[in-house]
Amino acid sequence: MATYDFVFSGLGLKDWCNKDGTGSAGPVSMADLMAQSGGKEIPSPSLWDLPFPSMDALHEACAAFPKSRVLTKGLEQGFLEIKDNLSLVLDPLTQPLSWALSGTLSLFQETPWWLMIPLLLAVVMLVSRSVKLVGFVALSFALLSFINYYDYAIQTLAVIFVCAFLCVLVGVPIGIAMSRSDALQRTAIPVLDMLQTLPPFVYLIPLIFLFSVTEPKLYGIAIILYAIVPVVRLTDLGIRLVDKDVIEAADAFGMTNRQKLYKVEIPLALPNIMAGVNQTIMMSLAMVVIASLVSAPGLGVLVLRGIRNLELGVGLVSGLGIVLLAVILDRTTKLALARINAAQRD
Amino acid sequence: MERETKIAICNLYKIFGPDPNTALEAVKEDGLNKSDLMAQTGHVLGLEDINIDIKAGEITVVMGLSGSGKSTLIRHINRLIEPTAGKIIFGDHNLIECGQQMLRRIRREEMSMVFQKFALLPHKTVVENAALALEIRGFSDKEYIPEARKWLDRVGLQGFEESHPHQLSGGMQQRVGIARALTSNAGVMLMDEAFSALDPLIRTDMQDLLLELQEELHKTIVFITHDLDEALKLADHLVILKDGKVIQQAEPQTVLLEPNDPYIIDFISDINRVRVLRVRTVMEDIPEGTKVSCCGEVDHDDNLESVIAMSGGDTHKTYLVKDGSKEVGILHMAKLLKSLVPIEAPDEGIRCSGG
Repeated sequence: MATYDFVFSGLGLKDWCNKDGTGSAGPVSMADLMAQSGGKEIPSPSLWDLPFPSMDALHEACAAFPKSRVLTKGLEQGFLEIKDNLSLVLDPLTQPLSWALSGTLSLFQETPWWLMIPLLLAVVMLVSRSVKLVGFVALSFALLSFINYYDYAIQTLAVIFVCAFLCVLVGVPIGIAMSRSDALQRTAIPVLDMLQTLPPFVYLIPLIFLFSVTEPKLYGIAIILYAIVPVVRLTDLGIRLVDKDVIEAADAFGMTNRQKLYKVEIPLALPNIMAGVNQTIMMSLAMVVIASLVSAPGLGVLVLRGIRNLELGVGLVSGLGIVLLAVILDRTTKLALARINAAQRD
Repeated sequence: MERETKIAICNLYKIFGPDPNTALEAVKEDGLNKSDLMAQTGHVLGLEDINIDIKAGEITVVMGLSGSGKSTLIRHINRLIEPTAGKIIFGDHNLIECGQQMLRRIRREEMSMVFQKFALLPHKTVVENAALALEIRGFSDKEYIPEARKWLDRVGLQGFEESHPHQLSGGMQQRVGIARALTSNAGVMLMDEAFSALDPLIRTDMQDLLLELQEELHKTIVFITHDLDEALKLADHLVILKDGKVIQQAEPQTVLLEPNDPYIIDFISDINRVRVLRVRTVMEDIPEGTKVSCCGEVDHDDNLESVIAMSGGDTHKTYLVKDGSKEVGILHMAKLLKSLVPIEAPDEGIRCSGG
């Protein structure tokens, strides 16, 4: 006898419950009746023990009522059913991502270190115009290379490079569209919130079902989904924050919408967009570590090895390597941002 | 001298709110005023039945306190704001009905605008800002940079061409704003409280600069201000706006001598009339056949202060008034004194109680 029996008997659903239940529900309830008529009081459960009328509690009262596992099972089943069709569409669509990732990875790895490191330093110099930072980057890479972590670090950089680039490529137009349309903004913000707050492991699961684990696009998509949010948000915000007076002046002098976008809105929103790019890069770095669970190469693999084999040293050193990369990426983009800010301070 | 009308604003209405057309009916038929309309329908009456002829080559000043709708009005002229009803005739076109293409062409080539908060592009240099209108029209930088430099020189900004706007003071930024409007070479210049954000001394400088430029360029200027002194100094034609309605429009001298509304009287009671009134407003015609014998000559555009100084305060003197070499009238000092009798402001200032 379960707590919520009365619900089903009250609604006259006893038959439905018993029909495709275990078949023993009838006799059991008869036994209950017998027990009651026999005068044997079943101690009525105290109010403190009252279970929430959850799926499982209701299932106890009525065998035909589904348990909550059925729900999750159903989701699984449903996903598996559409999976083939879905990957039929998504596979070719996302194939370029795989190519980009494996191409960039091999390019970064094939390039000898004595070419790669100066190249990186040149890029840092170009973006940040800071000799101090270049010195720091040189030192960091010398250190990482000296302890034989150069390959891993460069793999991580390659993945971040591709993913962050794609985030900006896709995210900025989405942000611009959001800034144009309030309706789109209203629908996009919950999606962005969800992407940002879902534990990263969670969207690895359906991706694993969809794509083979050996394909680079699997982790590529995971990283992009996770890291695209800030650049979208801040592009939208940045364009909405552009001084209304300046927009009015642009209109008054007869700018077309396109001219307004390229000559006024994007340049004036650039500090915010760059702040978004900075965040996006940092988040792809965070994700590339988690994505090593699904074969993303780089320092994350070492962290994972540290955890799996309890190799404390490997875990710690590779963790520190990630910190170094994070600092380098953050400082470089922040200095670029500061330069833009200085150029258009009001 | 009557000039041709460059822009005619006819029966212009603007109502802000969810259903302006119904509210418009209420205003036109039931004669609701601003506060009634607000109370009954929740709509804001921005502009009510505005009719202004803006003459070519003149400075038309629209004056009113904040909330009087003056900034709304000027934005209708280049249609930054769409009206609820009415016409704006510019050349052969009704601006309210012309298409986007035409509107854009007019904004690019026929009208320029100067803004209260300057509205310069912070990421561009001064010379690029000044050249904006030409850049929008698709000229190459070889063509527009010299043109922009020329106008920057003209407004006194030589040497600052490669600076960024944030490196300049407010007054200098507004000079860039004016240079930007001039570089577009448009015949009409809309100035929305262009000098209001500047401090008084710089404001006077800028007013002088504007008058000096106008002497030479004869643009059609619509100037918005809340400052009566500024309005009187600049205006060829003065329009006074209150609660979205024109309550008087005339030559500034006329407004001073014959104000037709207590609101205006309240306004002008603080004005130093001696400085503002001109000889031509208070002079009399030369009586037929009389040979005027008097003690001196004054120009018809002199202000009364200079005449009083010349007369040494003697009210019996009479002056011959000349426009260039032509004799246009005589000025009795006694008559002059009469014109200075202040028109009393009501005991309770309207500015405080309601306006």
